[in-house]
Amino acid sequence: MKISKEEVLHVAKLARLNLTQEETQRLMADMESIIGFADKLNELDTDGVVPTAHAIPMQNAFREDEIKESYPREEILKNAPSTDGDGFLIPKVVE
Amino acid sequence: MDIYQLTAHEIRDMIKEKKISSKEATQSALARIHAVEDKVESYVTVLEEEALAQAEAIDANIASGEAGALAGVPMALKDNMCTKGILTTCSSKMLYNFKPPYNATVTEKLLEAGTVLLGKVNMDEFAMGSSTETSHFKKTKNPYDITKVPGGSSGGSAACVAADEAYFSLGSDTGGSIRQPASLCGCVGMKPTYGSVSRYGLIAFASSLDQIGPLAKDVTDCAMVLNQIAGHDPKDSTSVNIQHPDFEKALTGDIKGLKIGVPKEYFGAGISGDVSAAVHAALDNMKAEGAQYTDMSLPLNEYALPAYYMISSAEASSNLARFDGVKYGFRAEKFDDLIDLYCQTRSEGFGAEVKRRIMIGTYALSSGYYDAYYKKAQQVRTMIMNDFTKAFETYDVLVTPASPTTAFGIGEKTSDPLQMYMADICTVSVNIGGLPAIVIPCGYDASGLPIGIQIIGKPFDEATVLNAAFALEKTITKVKPNL
Amino acid sequence: MKYETVIGLEVHAELATKTKIFCGCKNEFGGEPNTRCCPVCTGMPGTLPVLNKAVVDYAIKAGLATNCTITKYGKQDRKNYFYPDLPKAYQISQFDLPLCQNGYVEIDVNGEKRRIGITRIHIEEDAGKLIHDDYGNESMADYNRCGVPLIEIVSEPDLRSPEEARIYLETLKSILEYTEVSDCKMQEGSLRCDVNLSIRPVGQEEFGTRCEMKNVNSFRAAVRAMEYEQKRQAEILDEGGVVEQETRRWDDVRGVSTPMRSKEDAQDYRYFPEPDLVPIVVSDEWVEEIRKTIPELPEERKARYVNEYSLPEYDAFILTSSKKMADFFDAAVKEGAKPKPVSNWLMGDISKILNDKELEPGDIPFTPAQLAKMIALIEKGTISNSAAKKVLDAMFAQPDDPEKLVEKLGLAQVSDEGAILEMVNGVLAQNPQSIADYKAGKDKALGFLVGQVMRISKGKANPQIINKLLKDALDKA
Repeated sequence: MKISKEEVLHVAKLARLNLTQEETQRLMADMESIIGFADKLNELDTDGVVPTAHAIPMQNAFREDEIKESYPREEILKNAPSTDGDGFLIPKVVE
Repeated sequence: MDIYQLTAHEIRDMIKEKKISSKEATQSALARIHAVEDKVESYVTVLEEEALAQAEAIDANIASGEAGALAGVPMALKDNMCTKGILTTCSSKMLYNFKPPYNATVTEKLLEAGTVLLGKVNMDEFAMGSSTETSHFKKTKNPYDITKVPGGSSGGSAACVAADEAYFSLGSDTGGSIRQPASLCGCVGMKPTYGSVSRYGLIAFASSLDQIGPLAKDVTDCAMVLNQIAGHDPKDSTSVNIQHPDFEKALTGDIKGLKIGVPKEYFGAGISGDVSAAVHAALDNMKAEGAQYTDMSLPLNEYALPAYYMISSAEASSNLARFDGVKYGFRAEKFDDLIDLYCQTRSEGFGAEVKRRIMIGTYALSSGYYDAYYKKAQQVRTMIMNDFTKAFETYDVLVTPASPTTAFGIGEKTSDPLQMYMADICTVSVNIGGLPAIVIPCGYDASGLPIGIQIIGKPFDEATVLNAAFALEKTITKVKPNL
Repeated sequence: MKYETVIGLEVHAELATKTKIFCGCKNEFGGEPNTRCCPVCTGMPGTLPVLNKAVVDYAIKAGLATNCTITKYGKQDRKNYFYPDLPKAYQISQFDLPLCQNGYVEIDVNGEKRRIGITRIHIEEDAGKLIHDDYGNESMADYNRCGVPLIEIVSEPDLRSPEEARIYLETLKSILEYTEVSDCKMQEGSLRCDVNLSIRPVGQEEFGTRCEMKNVNSFRAAVRAMEYEQKRQAEILDEGGVVEQETRRWDDVRGVSTPMRSKEDAQDYRYFPEPDLVPIVVSDEWVEEIRKTIPELPEERKARYVNEYSLPEYDAFILTSSKKMADFFDAAVKEGAKPKPVSNWLMGDISKILNDKELEPGDIPFTPAQLAKMIALIEKGTISNSAAKKVLDAMFAQPDDPEKLVEKLGLAQVSDEGAILEMVNGVLAQNPQSIADYKAGKDKALGFLVGQVMRISKGKANPQIINKLLKDALDKA
């Protein structure tokens, strides 16, 4: 599996990563070898095999519709890199 | 013998019998940390004052007769388990200052049981690695040879127990992150069945594979800790609602008639001769105890590692998307706008290995590749699980090496990610299958480095796995590291 | 060229559960920013979602009320994208196994029944809000709305005009309101929709290229946006151009839409099964249990009004389009009032006052019993219709027993024949010309004389008695 520079940059954009020239080069090689390793899976015929999301069969884990107290706002905001005490501050979003 | 050298169950019993106080046990562990931490570097955060205060409080509780099952036993938690008001970093720059406003369920349970939290221990960044070298803060050393890695990702959890810097610890295991470091550091580590221990408050790497488990000085400690942390948690939808037996009581040491399968695929190329020999010697010991073992085959084993890397990286790419400099943790200083804030923060906050996995996972989920990689891996997962199910129709447990080699040198495998990934070759299929597995030391190589053996069980049959390990443990002479 | 418009709608409805979808925080509109939050709904590391069972119940209910098949094995998926109103950077939604599929809603377009297909209904979590005002070159994220449960109802492209779409939306709204799946408070954004619209030359079978419109915050805005869009696309085609597939943003103030992003940089949401949640397996018993809780739906209620109460089809439609209105109607009738007058008051003056005050039927401050009593007072002749309007105003201002209000406002009608006769005689004595006009066959004169008596009585004299006494007197004169 050949991974092009454009592909690396496209995936980085999806993942919100800025890559240096060097990182891009390195990732091209690394992804090529790791994805190439994963291509081994194609040796197996999986036609009609149901994909497994959980190794242990599970279903219907629910919560009752009962109110629990919310956290104090200062606890929610305590770890925020930028806050005015009301919310999380971010650079202006143009919608 | 110093107090710090005792096992956790010995400490528990002595405290209960009022032979020592929790404060003494805690002081001894802290003294040991002072003595060897320079060399081992297993802790990210040591909670000296807090631990002493907690120990004193527990001693008071014991005096008034209100003590939990593990009252007074000092322990350490991997730094990806949330501790209320206490740094929880995942050994990442991204969370260098994160103090969660809540406890993980395991934290809560261990505190309720009366344990004393000595500190938070080092790990590969976001649990991605097999050597604890990807930690942003420090490189933890193998107590048996400080030029070697302790394994990973729970390298701090394994090293601190091996070095007697904690009586036990918790680690998390996504593809071998408890068992491989346990093997390399000569301690006992167990990954329970997926769904046995709540993941609430465990900072996720790969949600469908992650599971918390103990790292301990012996099998009894392991069973004792598992008794406390296992059980249904309504906060974790994937936590299973079944009653578990008393694991400690299950340790009878009687393995007469135990049917052991030995999958030949685990003894192929890449497995060192020392390891193979030690595992076979251990099997003979078990046979001498009345078990019977048979060579058998798990033909799909070689597909477990590629399937694992696709599934775990895909889930990680999504789980780690929330780290963006808005709500908690690190935020880049310079950025042009919102998108640049995201990109800069994530580029500066994550290390190379984490970025590599995010890239692979994003790729595997992206439009056009989902079926070829992610879905394919989930289908292969089904096939591997079927392999296991079939094997367990014949065998009670499966026995394999825990790591292809003993501890490797620091820096030895950092340049080639694939070579590093191979360190998990013996452990990942267990996560793919959601099975319980324990690793205990079964010998030492020529240079005195520990060799681990892995015992894999049926889903929710931890009791059999623990008892098999307990029986084997009695036949092994353990050697403490010389620090 | 003549074109046919093809519309499909994606309606998001906030569910009326007590708590959020994955945590126990209150599901309530508004509040100080970030005060209805916990580590789960703000996506803090290590936290896990646990599905609120009521969310599944409500979604199934909505599915049954729209004739859907309920999926026996459903799952939830992650939709991955970065945006500051989405703290986990993924939305938990449903991708390929939604809870409900293949239903329909019957709508009434100018007396003609049309069946609009429902492709699917799935559950998902709402995102937070970004606040831009007062923050200069920054924005502020408020996560109170994060994790509010939503259902997304996706229609087939079966709608052929903005008007049809509006009727569909109104019908859907009343179904959701009737089943109490959503409180449908439009001004709080508990019902929102995205519009997909394309046009094609009349007679052409394949669909044209569609555009999606976002930020449509009310049904009125939806209709305007659709009218704008069909015109825009027609103009492009008429000029020989090609409609681009794109997502557009509706600006209701300016009345125009602008492109948000084109197909080329379409989002790649990287959906995959949510590993923190487990499959939802719905048994037949569960479905039947929920089916039992579905109340009479608007269509059935409408039919009942026409058949039982002989209300005109139009009255029945208006009354039943709001559940609260219909409930009010039923309650007033149960109190003994005749259906038609109740309907008249509700559709007339009461609706007008609600409109003027920007209130909804649920906000009527007085009780159905009070309305029934007011109508009884009219029928007994205690008050006139015009006095009743004043009583109604008073009931809106400060709800009270209508009888007391009549007394307080001095609105009781004079029905004492002797007193009225005195007034009649006085008026006749002063208006000989009108008597002559009446005799000459000018009917208008009678009206004038009635008005004069009414004026003297300050509007309180019973008009029927005035009429009768005047006629008697005139015939004798």
